[in-house]
Amino acid sequence: MKVRDFTICSNTRLNDRNHLIKVTPVDNSPLPEMFPGQFVQILVPNSPHVFLRRPISINFVDEKQHEIWLLVQRVGEGTDKIATLSAGDTLNMIFPLGNSFTLPTTKGSFLLIGGGVGTAPLLFLGKRMREKGFEPEFLLGGRSEKDILQRDDFEPLGTLYYTTEDGSLGEKGFVTQHPILQQKKYDFIYTCGPKPMMVAVARLAQECGIGCEASLENLMACGFGACLCCIEKTVKGNVCACTEGPVFNIKELTWLN
Amino acid sequence: MAELNVQIGDLRLKNPVMTASGTFGYGTEYTDFMDLGRLGGIFVKGTTLEPRQGNDYPRMAETPSGMLNSVGLQNKGVDYFVEHLYPKIKDYDTHMIVNVSGSSVEDYVACAEKLADLEKMPAIELNISCPNVKEGGMAFGTSCQSAAEVTRRVRKVFPKTLIVKLSPNVTDITEIASAVEDAGADSVSLVNTFLGMAIDVESRKPKLSTITGGLSGPCIKPIALRMVWQVYHAVKIPIIGMGGICNWQDAIEFILAGATAIQVGTYNFIDPMASVKIVEGVEAYLDRHHIASVEDLVGKMNYL
Repeated sequence: MKVRDFTICSNTRLNDRNHLIKVTPVDNSPLPEMFPGQFVQILVPNSPHVFLRRPISINFVDEKQHEIWLLVQRVGEGTDKIATLSAGDTLNMIFPLGNSFTLPTTKGSFLLIGGGVGTAPLLFLGKRMREKGFEPEFLLGGRSEKDILQRDDFEPLGTLYYTTEDGSLGEKGFVTQHPILQQKKYDFIYTCGPKPMMVAVARLAQECGIGCEASLENLMACGFGACLCCIEKTVKGNVCACTEGPVFNIKELTWLN
Repeated sequence: MAELNVQIGDLRLKNPVMTASGTFGYGTEYTDFMDLGRLGGIFVKGTTLEPRQGNDYPRMAETPSGMLNSVGLQNKGVDYFVEHLYPKIKDYDTHMIVNVSGSSVEDYVACAEKLADLEKMPAIELNISCPNVKEGGMAFGTSCQSAAEVTRRVRKVFPKTLIVKLSPNVTDITEIASAVEDAGADSVSLVNTFLGMAIDVESRKPKLSTITGGLSGPCIKPIALRMVWQVYHAVKIPIIGMGGICNWQDAIEFILAGATAIQVGTYNFIDPMASVKIVEGVEAYLDRHHIASVEDLVGKMNYL
């Protein structure tokens, strides 16, 4: 874990709520090794009464450009401030935090299911899987077409399936209603998105006997295991989602009990 | 160079800057960020006789310039601490102090007895002010009689430095401070969190699973500072001040109001190196004002 200042290289508005912010270390220092599923804690600038840092998952690491990509959804004053920063501005971050998705060790078929801004860490995961010779497939869901983020970035990584609640892209409905889940037998599912979606995915995975990891976004204060606020109830008792997670195998969770 | 040493009971601290219980884990969580040996002391997570799972999620809500928490003393119990955590932290080059909590006087006494045997545990902080547990905790800190009773009983079994952490959720904090001083406390630390709450207006649900929780952060600083100043004029034992301290200016304010030492709490979450920066800032301030020792500054507010 490190605390470091980053320069914003670009800030691109993806839709009415989401921004893609690319950052590079101010001092050009080397980036530590980062793993898909890990996150950063961003200090909210110019907003003295927004007190806590904002946890944002690592969307992508571009080694060539020496950049970390962050997908920021505007959900309140803190994320509003971050989303309105411009290229050249400075961001202070604690990183990298948390555990990561478990990459497969044997060939198989893998489905990465994301909802809304929860698709963010799946881009990085998909990239790493491709690099290791796996062929990930993606099932991305949202309210409507404009809510499915970064389609051009996902495109080269594997087959894409879509669901939207209004039917404007892909199948109409929720991710768990997509017919591919009936047609194809997957060996492992990785998921990140709103909790009701992840619970539905976990239930489906359990019923079909498919292994599954989910990335949680519990409210947290510190992000490094000191405050004990972001706890998740697991089969081992309450654990910090920031240090023991944010990625959990669904067998460890008590969602379906 | 100004002298930064201060005395709390039998403890000689290398400097007056420590970290508050519940915001600094067991120190180990911060070793990536700083050399713990730079600190005057570290108050480790609240420890109870029996293991506690703490309260349900959600346990945290952000508020303007602060946060509410209702962790509820999640910890693995004193025996686990003695066996597994103490060996890992005992050789840090600073004072490691355990914050002790309980739901009965007997719990506090049993817990303190176990800690008294640890060679490198020079002090304990008696937490009679946790607002987030159903039984005990703050209940002991809101009446003079029970605060004095638990202090007196622990005093009998704990011969080293005994610090009592006071609750601000009382009508007159000076009465409680005087009561624990009379019962044998070597020092008082104040303040713990203020009881507060927050409601999500869309769902109309409380933001904490326990409905109420403890408020901390810069929003409480002026009230905490006032309480330190009041207690300074009511007791003779040294005061450890805390409540929203974020920088060296805040630390100097508490010292001027009467604190011999201070604790950095919630701000550790935002800037994990804040406590070390405060040590440096306090030292530079003393040098700039040609003050020989930080102890010369305690309670030395200039009146208008």
